[in-house]
Amino acid sequence: MLCDICKQNVATVHLTQMVEGKTKKVDLCEACSKEKGVDDPTGFSLADLLLGLGAAQEVEQSLPSGEAKCSRCGFTHSDFKKTGRLGCAECYTTFAEGLEGLLKNMHKGTKHLGKAPAAFRQTLDLSDKLQSLQVRLDKAVSDEQFESAAQIRDEINSVKNQITELASG
Amino acid sequence: MNIHEFLASPPEASKRTGPHDRIVLSSRVRLARNLRGMSFPGWAKKPERIKALETVRPAVESLEQMSEAFSESMDNLTALDKQILVERHLISREHAAKNAGSGLVLNREESLCVMINEEDHLRMQSLRPGLQIKEAWQAIDQIDSLVEKKLDYAFSPTLGYLTACPTNLGTGIRVSAMLHLPALVISEQINQIIQAVNKLGLAVRGLYGEGTEALGNVFQVSNQMTLGELETDIVERLNKVLAQLIEHEENGRASLLENKPKVVFNQIGRAYGILANAHSISSKETMNLLSLFRLGIDLGLFPGTARSLVDELFLITQPAHLQRNYSEKLSADERDLLRSDMLRERLRSVSRPHTVPATPTSSKLDKPTE
Repeated sequence: MLCDICKQNVATVHLTQMVEGKTKKVDLCEACSKEKGVDDPTGFSLADLLLGLGAAQEVEQSLPSGEAKCSRCGFTHSDFKKTGRLGCAECYTTFAEGLEGLLKNMHKGTKHLGKAPAAFRQTLDLSDKLQSLQVRLDKAVSDEQFESAAQIRDEINSVKNQITELASG
Repeated sequence: MNIHEFLASPPEASKRTGPHDRIVLSSRVRLARNLRGMSFPGWAKKPERIKALETVRPAVESLEQMSEAFSESMDNLTALDKQILVERHLISREHAAKNAGSGLVLNREESLCVMINEEDHLRMQSLRPGLQIKEAWQAIDQIDSLVEKKLDYAFSPTLGYLTACPTNLGTGIRVSAMLHLPALVISEQINQIIQAVNKLGLAVRGLYGEGTEALGNVFQVSNQMTLGELETDIVERLNKVLAQLIEHEENGRASLLENKPKVVFNQIGRAYGILANAHSISSKETMNLLSLFRLGIDLGLFPGTARSLVDELFLITQPAHLQRNYSEKLSADERDLLRSDMLRERLRSVSRPHTVPATPTSSKLDKPTE
């Protein structure tokens, strides 16, 4: 029996755990068990290991066979297969297609609900404001309300400036 | 100041109390955050990791809440220091393995602990004794809101906070509590309960060991899903489950006393006998027996003995805490001898268990409030 991680050495460490009512087994060689901290009984969680393994395998299946590579950090999907981790934030865009199914299985949903950085929330609020101002401007122009159109245009410029300021941090 | 001087002494640390701490040892909420435009720590080369540390560390240190913090680069901590921090549940084992390019900032009260360049650039944790996960969430939410003003987080409007592992994506939140569940283990209900809790999308781990029969009957319950759900909903769900687990454990204790008192008294009596009289004892056996001793105290079998004594022994009998009293490196066998010496000494003043509980009220149910 070969090691589930490196698939090269003979597995000598065999682990079994109940996860969500299903029995899951992992067979590891000594080197990989050490690397994953399995030899240290106080620091090991099979669930994490399994989740990591499963995640990588799933992505491998769902990704096209051409080796996708993150343009920012050079991370490839075989790196993901090895580690179960991504290289940088940009990888979520690079590997978006392959990750979607994985995230669906792993989480309650695929759209973030919850906290967002305040600067981000402000930008979101401002772009909403910008949109509604634009609608008002168009209406004012078509109604030939040029005085108020000028006012709205000034407001638009000020919102745009605020957005630029936020973006430059 | 070194970490040994900074940390509360084991007797002090064991006297911290919180709601339902008869069963819930501690609560924790951790948030994972990363910097925009930098590789995650596991993929970044050393210079980039150091750059991330040098960006994050001053931002965290400058928080008012961290005014008297312990802040250190991991390469300046010895293996023993790191192991002590692990035994105190302040850092993860993964973090203890880090060196240059990783860091730690811990506040004076030991209630906020930020790991820098663990798996993510920031792992911010809020820790509380007893069942206080809502309070822990509020505290860490506040810290996060302050840190985000100083750092540029990697955030996507659709995927939320971007993390090295997709399992933490979105909210980046991990809410967890450590529970002492001896009655559910003795009555063999624990596996069934773990399965039920798993079905709710929550993970149950033995804190000190793999598999389901955790060392010292201590279990850690935490959320698994982080994307597609509000933080407050996750906290709320875990709170409900924890309240039920407390109730199950209390019912389990009451029913053991009523239906199988001899089984319980036998196990507690034997645990006391070994702890108070052994001349060599492993860390693992100590934890399992201390769990039964703790149960005995909860059931009123050791009147006059405070629960904090067990909690202190739980801490100081672990390998690094034991080692730090000695300058020369101890072997496991030597530790087993010294551990038993310590236990015999500390249990000298504790009398044998009263097999008929002294006061019936001492075994009253610790009903969750909600």
